[in-house]
Amino acid sequence: MSVIPDPIQAGLAAGWRVTDCAQLQADQTLEADVVIVGSGAGGGVTAEILALSGLKVLIVEEGALKSSRDFKMREAEAYPALYQESAARKTRDKGITILQGRTVGGSTTINWTSSFRTPDITLRYWNKHFGLKDYTPETLAPWFAMMEERLHISDWPTPPNENNDLLRRGAASLNIPTGLIRRNVNGCWNLGYCGMGCPTNAKQSMLVTTIPSALQHGASLLTRARADKLVIKNDHVTQLECVALGADGLAPTGRRLTLRARHFVLAGGAINTPALLMRSTAPDPHGQLGKRTFLHPTVISAGVFAQRVDGYAGAPQSVYSDHFLHTDRIDGPIGYKLEAPPLHPLLFSTTMPGFGAQHASVMQQFPHVHALLALLRDGFHADAPGGSVALVQGAPVLDYPLTPFIWDGVRRALLSMAEIQFAAGARTVTPAHERAAAYTSWAQAQAGINALPYKLLQTRLVSAHVMGGCGMSDDERLGVTSSSGRYHGLTNVSVHDGSLFPTAIGANPQLSIYGIVARLASGLAQQLTGQPAARPGGA
Amino acid sequence: MQVSRRSFLKIGVAGACTLAAGGAVYRLAYPPQASRFALDGKALKVLHAVIPAVLGPVLPLTPDARAAALQAASQRVRDAVLGLPLATQKEVQDLFGLLALGPARRLLAGVRGDWEQADPVQVAAFLQSWRTHSLQTLQIAYHALHDLVIGAWYADPSTWESIGYPGPPKELLA
Repeated sequence: MSVIPDPIQAGLAAGWRVTDCAQLQADQTLEADVVIVGSGAGGGVTAEILALSGLKVLIVEEGALKSSRDFKMREAEAYPALYQESAARKTRDKGITILQGRTVGGSTTINWTSSFRTPDITLRYWNKHFGLKDYTPETLAPWFAMMEERLHISDWPTPPNENNDLLRRGAASLNIPTGLIRRNVNGCWNLGYCGMGCPTNAKQSMLVTTIPSALQHGASLLTRARADKLVIKNDHVTQLECVALGADGLAPTGRRLTLRARHFVLAGGAINTPALLMRSTAPDPHGQLGKRTFLHPTVISAGVFAQRVDGYAGAPQSVYSDHFLHTDRIDGPIGYKLEAPPLHPLLFSTTMPGFGAQHASVMQQFPHVHALLALLRDGFHADAPGGSVALVQGAPVLDYPLTPFIWDGVRRALLSMAEIQFAAGARTVTPAHERAAAYTSWAQAQAGINALPYKLLQTRLVSAHVMGGCGMSDDERLGVTSSSGRYHGLTNVSVHDGSLFPTAIGANPQLSIYGIVARLASGLAQQLTGQPAARPGGA
Repeated sequence: MQVSRRSFLKIGVAGACTLAAGGAVYRLAYPPQASRFALDGKALKVLHAVIPAVLGPVLPLTPDARAAALQAASQRVRDAVLGLPLATQKEVQDLFGLLALGPARRLLAGVRGDWEQADPVQVAAFLQSWRTHSLQTLQIAYHALHDLVIGAWYADPSTWESIGYPGPPKELLA
């Protein structure tokens, strides 16, 4: 028996209304006040606020309900069980690997806990270019504060692990400022396995906070149910049709569910939310649906140090630098945020280029490897307009063109990271690029990185932050959703997830989703009940 | 410069035609179906030739241990593919199916003779050429082989000691 109490198992034993649709023997028709598609950052926050406000809530999740007793800290088990497409979702041309959650709690169950409020300059840009006048640091502050309290988002008092501290030390010696990352944890054991599901329930993901709270207040949860199509009559959605998936989540079982409700909240995450609306042929008079999908295209640099780094141990992200987001105007050459990724064998070995003896020699140094990543801030320039979602036999696929403007940012980011790693004492630095070498000095790295061909599939690109596709604006020519999250042209559909963002955030997006959706969900609760929305208490 | 660029383009077009033809032949022989990946005998032969080149010196050298490691690595690749969406499983099946065809092996991979007798130097050369090939399809195929073989290998706890990875804290796994 594990010594860790499992709140999910306890809740199920206490009678939570949870249906594993993989086990359904017959088709079902269910009714609720509000159907919420998705149980991640947006769906979880919405479910709690609506359920506390007295509404009958039905949550639909494509993934399974897993909990701490299932989280064994092994990549080979965690990725197929907890991630979209086994952590191998890719853009259509396979140029960018996309990490998104697919489990109860969505990406919050497997993220690295980094918590930032939406940057002021991002909100100013939304105000100016999309008319989002209500989205100011001041108007959002109480909502961020509420969710910070709810999810225990606070300064992390433990010293950074070596993988993060090398970013701090290298940057400091170049006079590049860094900061410490706030985290949504409570009683964290500082293990380093956040990406495989928190084994101690310290991470305050939706799985252990808002979803249990909603279930305790009478909400129902369907797992292994894929939202297939909204049935639209005139300007109104009458029902949502879902298909049940088998236990492994790969194929439909043949059972179908019909869900009726007064209101439908879509929170399946960017890519999946626009895809559901596209399958439903939702109105899109200006051809905006699924467009402007942002990724924070991310590149990686690996350094080898004399000392052990043990990049797998300790809080995965605790140090960041926004220096290169502020060296130019927000709409100038693309800026990037620097952070350190945790290093675990599967993800690290597949990220490192090469094969045979070359690759084996990198792996031999695994405990001495340090890695940095740069998140490129897309969406603020005509040459970084994001990608677009399309359907292939009903399944979403993302086209994301890389422009010379973005490649220029990739090159500068690889240079910045190599310089910081050498300043921190790296013996060698290798950018994740098929034609890069293990450079042994900053001068050599500078020459090498400047000479690399910046092309798709030659440069390793990843994304863990999918945003946009249902962008907000009260001007219907500029976005498919209103500033209150309502889908233009449908009277009873809201979008409550990262797909609302009209640009990338320029920071890890979870707290942006929590705070903005808390405000949207409170407004929705008030509209549906005629009463002020309930306020979620602290954890 | 002009001449070399033109001949380069010609090779690219010829390569694309070969690939398309190979795909067409493969699809005629094996009509598409939405089924799960199967590591059949032909795919296994391809894998047994590719794995040693991809993993290099980490595979043991003594014949028995090497055969066992190859077998284990192949099964891990199969398990990894079985966790992918069915459409992706089909793509991987197609890749192995294509590589198992003689003409594709000779023309696209440049490997003469059966995969069972393939010269490891030739296999490594084929991987290297696909890695930086002008045809994106071949680069994608290289990445698939790289990620599947390497990821499945290092995901397995039996390989962790060799890279100095202590694994997750054991006291929590009881």
